[in-house]
Amino acid sequence: MMTPEPAFATNRAALAARLKTILPAHCLLVDAEDLRPYECDGLTAYRALPMAVCLPETEGQVVDVLRTCHQLGVPVVARGAGTGLSGGAMPHAQGVVLSLARFNKILRVDRSARIAVVQPGVRNLAVSEAAAPYDLYYAPDPSSQIACTLGGNVAENSGGVHCLKYGLTVHNVLRIRVVSIEGEVFEIGSEAPDSPGYDLLALLIGSEGMLGVVTEVTVKLVPKPELAQVVMASFDDVGKAGDAVAMIIAAGIIPAGLEMMDKPATAAVEPYVKAGYDLDAAAILLCESDGTPEEVAEEISRVTEVLKAAGAGNIRVSQSESERLRFWAGRKAAFPAVGRITPDYYCMDGTIPRKRVAEMLGSIVEMEKKYALRCANVFHAGDGNLHPLIMYDAAKPGEWERAEAFGAEILELSVALGGSITGEHGVGIEKINQMCVQYTTPELETFHRVKAAFDERGLLNPGKAVPSLHRCAEYGRMHVHHGEVKFPELERF
Amino acid sequence: MTLDDLSAALRGAHDSRTPLRIRGAGSKDFYGGLLAGEVLDVAAHAGIVAYEPTELYITAKCGTPLAEIEAALADKGQMLAFEPPHFSGATVGGCVAAGLSGPRRQQAGAVRDFMLGVKLIDGTGQMLDFGGQVMKNVAGYDLSRLVAGSLGTLGVLAEVTLKVLPQPVAEQTLVFDMNEGEAVKRLNQWGGQPLPISASFWHEGKLWLRLSGAKAAVAAAVGKLAGSVAVDAEKHWISVREQTHPAFAGDVLWRLALPSGAPSPGLDGLRAIEWGGALRWYTGELDAVRGAAARLGGHAVLYHAPESLRCREGAFAPLAPAMLALHRRLKNAFDPRRILNPGRFYAEF
Repeated sequence: MMTPEPAFATNRAALAARLKTILPAHCLLVDAEDLRPYECDGLTAYRALPMAVCLPETEGQVVDVLRTCHQLGVPVVARGAGTGLSGGAMPHAQGVVLSLARFNKILRVDRSARIAVVQPGVRNLAVSEAAAPYDLYYAPDPSSQIACTLGGNVAENSGGVHCLKYGLTVHNVLRIRVVSIEGEVFEIGSEAPDSPGYDLLALLIGSEGMLGVVTEVTVKLVPKPELAQVVMASFDDVGKAGDAVAMIIAAGIIPAGLEMMDKPATAAVEPYVKAGYDLDAAAILLCESDGTPEEVAEEISRVTEVLKAAGAGNIRVSQSESERLRFWAGRKAAFPAVGRITPDYYCMDGTIPRKRVAEMLGSIVEMEKKYALRCANVFHAGDGNLHPLIMYDAAKPGEWERAEAFGAEILELSVALGGSITGEHGVGIEKINQMCVQYTTPELETFHRVKAAFDERGLLNPGKAVPSLHRCAEYGRMHVHHGEVKFPELERF
Repeated sequence: MTLDDLSAALRGAHDSRTPLRIRGAGSKDFYGGLLAGEVLDVAAHAGIVAYEPTELYITAKCGTPLAEIEAALADKGQMLAFEPPHFSGATVGGCVAAGLSGPRRQQAGAVRDFMLGVKLIDGTGQMLDFGGQVMKNVAGYDLSRLVAGSLGTLGVLAEVTLKVLPQPVAEQTLVFDMNEGEAVKRLNQWGGQPLPISASFWHEGKLWLRLSGAKAAVAAAVGKLAGSVAVDAEKHWISVREQTHPAFAGDVLWRLALPSGAPSPGLDGLRAIEWGGALRWYTGELDAVRGAAARLGGHAVLYHAPESLRCREGAFAPLAPAMLALHRRLKNAFDPRRILNPGRFYAEF
């Protein structure tokens, strides 16, 4: 197990020649200038140029590409829209990028069964648009839903602002078709509940392209609520805002969305979106209620009472659909808004127990001083998922390194507070070292054995999601955690 | 009984290649394949480890009775939303291992949908922690959901963390007279509307429909659906959840999971329909039941049957060869000597 990362030595010419025999010319890119747009995903700090990009149009072609790569021992990185934030779709320099961009058809929307069958390159929002005539929609709504694809959502188990009530991708996908690295096609899950055998659907969802390549996705559609309204509340203290979140849950309310933004975040957003946020507040909460008009009225009045009791200052309830969308627009535009006030930003994705939110925010303030970088915070507060946005300037020497160390400290604190290094963005390449903090050697070895059950030679997305023990030993050497050596049984060099 | 005791027991069994039959309360001994191996009684590893109502989770050791967990939750107005059956004293470990959900599943989701974390002792005795106590966690493969419904073949689920939800404020049950075809049709029509339907049960020409949620939403739905309001509804749903209702009687009971709108599979012996049409119960030694379910895009579990029949037919729908091979490799990743509940899931492992 102490072997270094597997090394690949791909013969570029031989690979291109083989791929040309299985793909038409318009489905294959091999020239450097054509490969350039694929060198990174949404995490632009990490880049690599692949040897080829395959853009298959049929499942048969996907099978052929995977079989060929398996025969030649060439790494394969599957890619959707490339909006991922953890470098999960960063190419392998010795490998192939398998783009599912041309799998962009909605195959079926079944009103009566309340399902949609789509290809993996279909955009998240397009599914809800196709279902809209039937008053149905697809619930998971990551902020990037205009661009991100269902295949990528499956790979990352994407969430969104409504997942507290409506669940993550894993709760809303019924069935997938998957091609293994050996070119075998599996149907996993079904429209019927409780498929026989192990729950491979749960295992595959969120597996970051490490176990197979998805070629078709069947999702659950849910009835569109008749009405949605959002309450916006200001707090003069982030701790109070955090407590308000716990009090809402304790009152037996599961809101459709429960989001928090701190002052630096609202300050960045307001000039850009003009959402009407209270710029004097230390933090604002957005709490959405949906359902029948009677239900919403009942819930909004209960939420308002709780917020008052929690010490909210200004409380506003959206009075129209356009006002509701405006309140949300600021939250959904938080990333680009921060992007306007800083040359670069680095988005983190830790989750923590809700009750630790104030503690975490306090620590982040300390870290801002330590690393001399500013940080704006937006949260999926309802499920304890933080998105600190660390602002830096890549052009200034040392800033990226400081931002990266800042982020690592947030993630490791998330684990220490009883949470996780990633709630919805995935590990990818970005958080690979922090996996060594979250998991022990036997746990990582189990992940490697699960991987090997699907992909014995480690060709699918090598180097991502689960670190080698070698890597953890190296990281542990650089980085002693809480005074303990994390992998004492491993030699270090 | 401590974690270390359990771990030592498994390590010992691994070393001596002794097959083990993991047992909590034994309330689901009837379920799945054959019972084989030396009994590893985990009922004594019991107790609630942590319960945080505002964090929406409960962590309990595997031998904790579901009744104890549900009492603690009810005290704070919360519940296990997937309504698992208790039968006779079911434990939380067995509940997760069997993966059986109850009437509310159609609205709330299945056991696996509420899995947040597991302390797993694998077939070599290693103690492994996957998932955790937070709502969202995508670091590493989602092995805590994978173990739900794995019938103890991947490890002892020494401790589990489940997401909990508030109990609905209001609940009402309506009853309708309708035949099988009409019930399936109506259930699917209602399913496409924003109605707070939390359970459905059809048996011999009568459809029970439970509505749960905010007071106003339940009242509005009662007005709209115009069924007759059931008396003793709570008792009725307990009898469905615990399968003490006469619909579940008989020596041989098949559990067909189908797409909710699937037409009748054309089999005799229909006993009940649940989950908006997605779960249908049949009695009798049915030939070709698996084929009929598969043709409709579903599958059939031989749920209650004499051992000889379960042995011949297998409890669960057979896996295609490539899928079976994948299952064996996965099993091997957790339990290389196949000592854990051999044959309980599939005869092949």
